[in-house]
Amino acid sequence: MRTDGGLDGRRMIGMLLVVLALAVLPFFLSDYRTFQFTQAIVYAIVLLGLNILTGYNGQISLGHGAFFAIGAYTAAILMDRFGVPYWATLPAAGFICFVFGFLFGLPALRLQGHYLALATFALAVATPQLLKYKRLEEWTGGVQGIVIMKPDPPFGLPLSQDRWLYLFTLFVAVVLFVVAWNILRGRTGRALIALRDQPIAAEAMGVNGAVYKSTAFGISALYTGIGGALGAIAVQFVAPDSFTAFLSISFVVGIVVGGLATLSGAIWGALFIQFVPNFADQISKAAPWAIYGAVLLVFIYLMPGGVAWMLRGVTAKILRR
Amino acid sequence: MASLLGVRNVTVRFGGIVALDDVSFDVDTGQICGLIGPNGAGKTTLFNCLSRLYRFEKGSIEFDGRSIAAVPRHRIADLGIGRTFQNLALFRTLSVLENVMLGAHAASRGGFVANALRLPLVRREEGRVLARARELIALLELDAVAATLVSDLPFGTQKRVELARAMAANPKLLLLDEPAAGLNHEEVETLMSLIRRLRDEVKLTVLLVEHHMNLVMRVSDKVVALDFGRKIADGLPAEVQRDPEVIRAYLGAEA
Ligand SMILES: Nc1ncnc2c1ncn2[C@@H]1O[C@H](COP(=O)(O)OP(=O)(O)OP(=O)(O)O)[C@@H](O)[C@H]1O
Ligand SMILES: [Mg+2]
Repeated sequence: MRTDGGLDGRRMIGMLLVVLALAVLPFFLSDYRTFQFTQAIVYAIVLLGLNILTGYNGQISLGHGAFFAIGAYTAAILMDRFGVPYWATLPAAGFICFVFGFLFGLPALRLQGHYLALATFALAVATPQLLKYKRLEEWTGGVQGIVIMKPDPPFGLPLSQDRWLYLFTLFVAVVLFVVAWNILRGRTGRALIALRDQPIAAEAMGVNGAVYKSTAFGISALYTGIGGALGAIAVQFVAPDSFTAFLSISFVVGIVVGGLATLSGAIWGALFIQFVPNFADQISKAAPWAIYGAVLLVFIYLMPGGVAWMLRGVTAKILRR
Repeated sequence: MASLLGVRNVTVRFGGIVALDDVSFDVDTGQICGLIGPNGAGKTTLFNCLSRLYRFEKGSIEFDGRSIAAVPRHRIADLGIGRTFQNLALFRTLSVLENVMLGAHAASRGGFVANALRLPLVRREEGRVLARARELIALLELDAVAATLVSDLPFGTQKRVELARAMAANPKLLLLDEPAAGLNHEEVETLMSLIRRLRDEVKLTVLLVEHHMNLVMRVSDKVVALDFGRKIADGLPAEVQRDPEVIRAYLGAEA
């Protein structure tokens, strides 16, 4: 029950239907709503990466907003300064973030629990100011940030830019979900979980803790970086103040509300962090964050393990009947 | 017969406590060696030295003709040393089957890239590891609970999962830390015949820590006794059982 279970024929068909439904969704929505769902998919990619690190491997990060920023700026700078096509910025953003994440993960090996949380939080707090740093201004655009162009659909496809970008983002997300599922269902996934549950026994069974934990950091940063790049392309704009510590905390909220150590939790968590602030804003223009806080409390209170685990419990109960 | 494990003058200190004091002994290939001693004698500490969890400040440990002093702890399983833990160290969110499969980590291949792409190598290895795990699960009569999370199982069953996990990488030397603790009479008998079978069928060498004297004396080819970190006896079970120092250590511990 540690990943989303086996993939028998029925499950496979179920998954395909979900993807198909997601693919036709934008054709029933306005461009603006489509854009919001693109954002939600971006968050789902990030939460998937963070869940590999925190949910499956047990390493807390309150600093993933930094990797999101690195990914976003990588895409923006490559497109703006070097005329690189948008799709080609994704592998670059992923690679750079993997390297940063891996290197950050190495010293983090000595830190556990609250200390790791603080070290990563330091990263989150420093990010906006680092992005405004004068010497980097030539690249980052300083406080102004960088404006980028929204890509047109290829081959003259009769789609709006927003719909095309949604479909492109969905495609990337599906690939990344399959990759994550592959990593988690086999030998590597067992080793990540074993290190979380019983690090000493895991090493006695031959798991190289240092390599696995820093690689988990790297992979998680890679996902977050690709999410950041896709987010920048969707928003058509990057600026330092979009990457505050609050963003990092939102990601943690996302994986906890969605369900730690689940793949589907990334989707539920993404819907939460994308749509609950909007919803709160509609309810009360005066105190949206109070509403947000209240909704969060309701979720935590009603579904202490997150949405994915709650759904699993319900499904199990129905099947037992 | 050749010595598989050679412990030479090993000393371990924790602050003022001398947990192991100049301990030396050998275990030959295919032997079952009992390791006894009252609580706090240093038995688990010796296991932890063999797993490279504890540093020993003096002496050396040779396994299969090479010193393990410079081997990192995650390579110990690779060398052929498997172990169980006195206080159970199972992966509680994994099923019994997955726990046993993880036991084969050292004996299988495939890193992140191969897994991410689910290369043919990964499928092959998963198939092989799964088959081996199923074999061990059958051997230890765990079939009925193979898919159950270990945290949902009773203590005695968890002990058997530990044993299956320790054997999954086909070790040459198996370290068992009180495998009979918490088992009922019948389970102890099954355990004993299993340990014998492993020695006879796959020529497994076993170092067995146990307070269950009856079990140790019946199953061991030789017995080493520790008390306050010192070795006080080393020989055939019958000899060690009669040794005045051993009797004193146990009576003293009980008094
Ligand atoms: N990590 C540690 N830190 C400090 N002292 C330790 C540590 N590990 C063991 N000791 C001490 O070393 C001595 C030997 O302990 P050890 O656990 O090896 O005994 P044991 O023979 O396994 O006993 P038992 O039969 O109760 O399991 C004890 O005095 C114990 O308190
Ligand atoms: Mg002990």
